[in-house]
Amino acid sequence: MKKSDQSPPGPLEYLRRWPLQAWLAMVGVFLYAPLITLMVFSFNDSKRNIVWQGFTLKYYKKALTNESLIEAFGNSLTIAAVSTLFSVVLGALVALALWRFRFPGKTVVDGAMALPIVVPEICMGVAMLVFFARVLPWPQEMPWPLNLGAIIIAHISFSFPFVAVVVRARMASFNREMEEAARDLGAGEWRMIKDVIVPHMAPSLIAGALLAFTLSLDDFVITFFTSGPDTVTFPVKVYSMVRFSVTPEVNAASTILIAMTVVLTAVALRMQGDPAAAAGGHAPAAPRA
Amino acid sequence: MEQSWKQAKAVFAGALGPPLFWLILFFIVPLAIVWAYSFGQNDGLTEISFTGTFSNYARAIEPLYLKIFVKSAWVAGLTTALCLVLGFPVALAITFAPPRLKTWLLLLVMLPFWTNLLIRTYALIAVLRTEGYINLSLEWLWNGAGGLAPLVGLQPLGAFTPLELLHNNFAVVVGLVYVHLPFMVLPLYSALDRLDRSLLEASLDLGAGHIRTLLVVVVPLALPGIASGILITFIPALGAYLTPDLLGGPDSQMIANIIERQFKRANDWPFGAAMSFLLMYLTFIAIAIQAVMSRNRGRAA
Repeated sequence: MKKSDQSPPGPLEYLRRWPLQAWLAMVGVFLYAPLITLMVFSFNDSKRNIVWQGFTLKYYKKALTNESLIEAFGNSLTIAAVSTLFSVVLGALVALALWRFRFPGKTVVDGAMALPIVVPEICMGVAMLVFFARVLPWPQEMPWPLNLGAIIIAHISFSFPFVAVVVRARMASFNREMEEAARDLGAGEWRMIKDVIVPHMAPSLIAGALLAFTLSLDDFVITFFTSGPDTVTFPVKVYSMVRFSVTPEVNAASTILIAMTVVLTAVALRMQGDPAAAAGGHAPAAPRA
Repeated sequence: MEQSWKQAKAVFAGALGPPLFWLILFFIVPLAIVWAYSFGQNDGLTEISFTGTFSNYARAIEPLYLKIFVKSAWVAGLTTALCLVLGFPVALAITFAPPRLKTWLLLLVMLPFWTNLLIRTYALIAVLRTEGYINLSLEWLWNGAGGLAPLVGLQPLGAFTPLELLHNNFAVVVGLVYVHLPFMVLPLYSALDRLDRSLLEASLDLGAGHIRTLLVVVVPLALPGIASGILITFIPALGAYLTPDLLGGPDSQMIANIIERQFKRANDWPFGAAMSFLLMYLTFIAIAIQAVMSRNRGRAA
């Protein structure tokens, strides 16, 4: 919009028409003003934080020395890491089976795999609550990180179908002649999977892993129903702090997580390439509200 | 071509076995138990007997709870409509932006979507609450204006009364729109991006205005994208738990909050189970309607 202002806008250059620019600016403010105020005032040296009282890092120090907050954060990262590992393996296996084979009941399996994506998360949350209360009571006094088992299992259940979707989308571009070539050259099933199929899958495995990691780190509702008193995750901890009051300490902790999100997103986009292509390719991940 | 599973039984079993086992044990079975509970009744504090009764469903459609279902659908519908109105021009602008700018705009839409939901909700609380940024800014302006008023010969303004922006239905809708806007913009964008631009140019050349082109050419062509945007926004909004819980007041309970209460505080699992399954059926109905509509469109085209 800089140098092109000299010529009148072309018929389809909607971005150069002021009503649309104003609209974009309004939506931008709506989306970003709350987050940016939150981040800016986490550095403000005042409790009643509307007036700028000077720069401080004391709330960061407070957040970083808050043991229960750090513990919750560590739990969240551990859960996300383990659940990502399992989700990528399970998701890739499903994608492989559904892409590769014809079998009776395929439609049913395909539909069942989509269930965790579409079922409202409150329903999945109560299902997990009931399951771990009645069918598979998770022992309470397990040493860390085994005490996180129930939450990890729940997270894998809702993450791996997402990974499967991403991997399958990638496999659609696989040239099946490669498979025939490998076979002609004498590769057996396993060899072919290892040397031909998995390398083709690789980018989608990374994208799927990032998706699974974010989904796990972000999840509140399902964790809320599966976590016990000593298995608190970051979102659950923030929830209890927010219910209590709004403090600059939560602002600081949130700012750290937002910064991490921005970095992770940047990495993810580097891996995936153009976000325009990525957004056009498939719908966004389902909502976990 | 896809291979028959009989040609490589070991690979097939190795690939499908573990995920299918996981899905059944840790997803289907838990849901099946909840489903079974919805036909049971409480015997004492922790005992639930499976009596095959429909009384839980009957209770769920009593006026008290039916009102909450209707209200949730109304709130989710309003959220979806607002997201569509807010998001459509944004998607349009992104579609016709120059490539470099397009990448950045998409990134700007997606970034909040990657940010933790709790943090986004918390940020809204910080903005909307009585001592929040909006009210404090208004108070500051009010007091400033109050200081100036006598100078220009006006009555001094009274004490500032903060606006009640939080803990009501208004806050819930604002929160839901805030959270779900990216869900609407991305499918809209991907539908608009696939449009044949020469059709738009033709319409403009033949003398239709921008608004008319939009309504007569763009919207009908982008209808599948609009439908999937509506679905992908409506479903999570209908089952939202966190937003009504943190931003809503006592009268802004939605279905998910009622379900949570049955399982955590009221300890009435059979009734909560029935409510969960009603919510699930509503979700499936919404998906089915969309599927049927898109199939009909496909046949007509």
